[in-house]
Amino acid sequence: MNRQAQAVVMLLLGGAVLKASLGDLYLRYVKAGLQPFLIGAGALLVAAAVMTLWYELRSRRTTSHAHEHHHEPRIGWLLILPVLGLLLVAPPALGSYAAGQAGSVLTAQNSASDYPPLPAGDPVDVGLLDYASRAVFDQGRSLTGRTLRLTGFVTPGPDGEPMLARMVLSCCAADGRPIKVGLTGAGPSAVAPDTWVQVVGAYTNRVGKDPVNDADVPYLQVTGWQEVTPPKQQYE
Amino acid sequence: MERPPAAGGPGGHDAGGGRRFGSVELLAVLLVLLVVFRNPLASLISDARLQTWTTVFVSVLVQAVPFLVFGVVLSAVIAVFVPRSFWARALPRHPALAVPAAGLAGVVLPGCECGSVPIAGSLIRRGVTPAAALAFLLAAPAINPIVLTATVVAFPGRPMMAVARGVASLVVAVAMGWLWLRLGRTEWIKLPHRPDLDGLSRGNAFWAAVRHDLMHAGGFLVVGAAAAATINVVVPERWLSSLAGNAALSVLALAILAVLLSICSEADAFVAASLSQFSLTSRLVFLVVGPTVDLKLISMQAGVFGRRFAVRFAPATLVAAIVVGTGVGAVLL
Repeated sequence: MNRQAQAVVMLLLGGAVLKASLGDLYLRYVKAGLQPFLIGAGALLVAAAVMTLWYELRSRRTTSHAHEHHHEPRIGWLLILPVLGLLLVAPPALGSYAAGQAGSVLTAQNSASDYPPLPAGDPVDVGLLDYASRAVFDQGRSLTGRTLRLTGFVTPGPDGEPMLARMVLSCCAADGRPIKVGLTGAGPSAVAPDTWVQVVGAYTNRVGKDPVNDADVPYLQVTGWQEVTPPKQQYE
Repeated sequence: MERPPAAGGPGGHDAGGGRRFGSVELLAVLLVLLVVFRNPLASLISDARLQTWTTVFVSVLVQAVPFLVFGVVLSAVIAVFVPRSFWARALPRHPALAVPAAGLAGVVLPGCECGSVPIAGSLIRRGVTPAAALAFLLAAPAINPIVLTATVVAFPGRPMMAVARGVASLVVAVAMGWLWLRLGRTEWIKLPHRPDLDGLSRGNAFWAAVRHDLMHAGGFLVVGAAAAATINVVVPERWLSSLAGNAALSVLALAILAVLLSICSEADAFVAASLSQFSLTSRLVFLVVGPTVDLKLISMQAGVFGRRFAVRFAPATLVAAIVVGTGVGAVLL
């Protein structure tokens, strides 16, 4: 690959990174905190492309043809793949397939301390990880007597019953792991996996096991549910 | 330095000389084809496994791009703006002492392992003894404050996990540096030919180094990301559960899992924490192996130091990380 082509590839990669990080697209792949670094890296890639072209065009005017054979890295062609991934394909955030592959994340964040009371509101919005930790490690003390609203996607549970799940990221989707909550009562039925739903219900002391890693999976007693559009930030 | 002619020049696919079909033209045709066939291509990956593969592949790269770019820029700064004599003054003269000094210097480079490979390559080019540069390469992603803090957060109530991780990783890095002093041969390292920077203006030399390392290390990073995404989709976690009961097997299983998954060192503690069926020692081995040997690193090391280097260095590091990780785990956990 000659230097002009390399400049084009760097320009495309930088542009793709900038486009993804200036919008919401990057949230499908990494944590929100990476945004400023992605913008900086994208800008540097564009600068490197522009400077390469600048020196290339300048030296074309000043020096004569000299046949010095440098081995310009051919492996660089592969950098077109992430460009295509971001600009053409833009794959969706991890969903129920990934949730079924890995065990529930609950064991990771076990601080069996006092949980602060839930904020006011009826129903009150609770994150899946928050609900699961309060249910399992606090025996639901801070949850009882409240109407709770949880948002996540539907994923098939071990017994075929739908569960509510959400992926938890530390850095990027490669380390994404699911948090799963079982549903009893009037839970969503006949809903395709990966459908985003909002369920309203109450704490129940029923706890199951994730067959993948034996982690505790708390349940929610559902009283109502509705389909919703996926949130911007799909990970917890 | 004489510059080669630009278009139709000595690219990968064209003979030098006049205006033939060069890599810019090839790139243009490729991109037009891809845009034209966008929809059929997108529908090809509607399958859940392929879609997950694509998501993980793109995520690994998006996550790594800032570290790669900043690492490459830092290595270009080292190549162009830091005088050769600086390293002779900064590191102890005796190579055996330079190794632990360079390993400890890894504390100051926060971030993932993607950035440290080109930096280590740049250090060797500037005359730092390879043993010290390799100790730095292994230590930097594992013992910096961000990674150790993440480990503390991921293992609440078990601060010894972070201590054990820091100690074991530093020991592995220094041991591999000293091993290289005893057994390593300079000819195993073949740094990729980088256009000679000496005759160029500083600005030109800086951007030439950035461009070259980005294209080179970045290309290999793509290989590593593809391998990691494949493993992520192909190996379901439940296969592992049966191994957790056996002490020796669980250490080996998590060591190999760390190599295959290629997770960033800032994130691997959270994954280790959720592998709750496994013993703490085997999870420590996971944390010590991951930042020093994984598919992404092996492919980048092969790209930056040559294949002859990678086939020796990666297995030796893996063995060292398993032995040291198990030993430190047995004592501290």
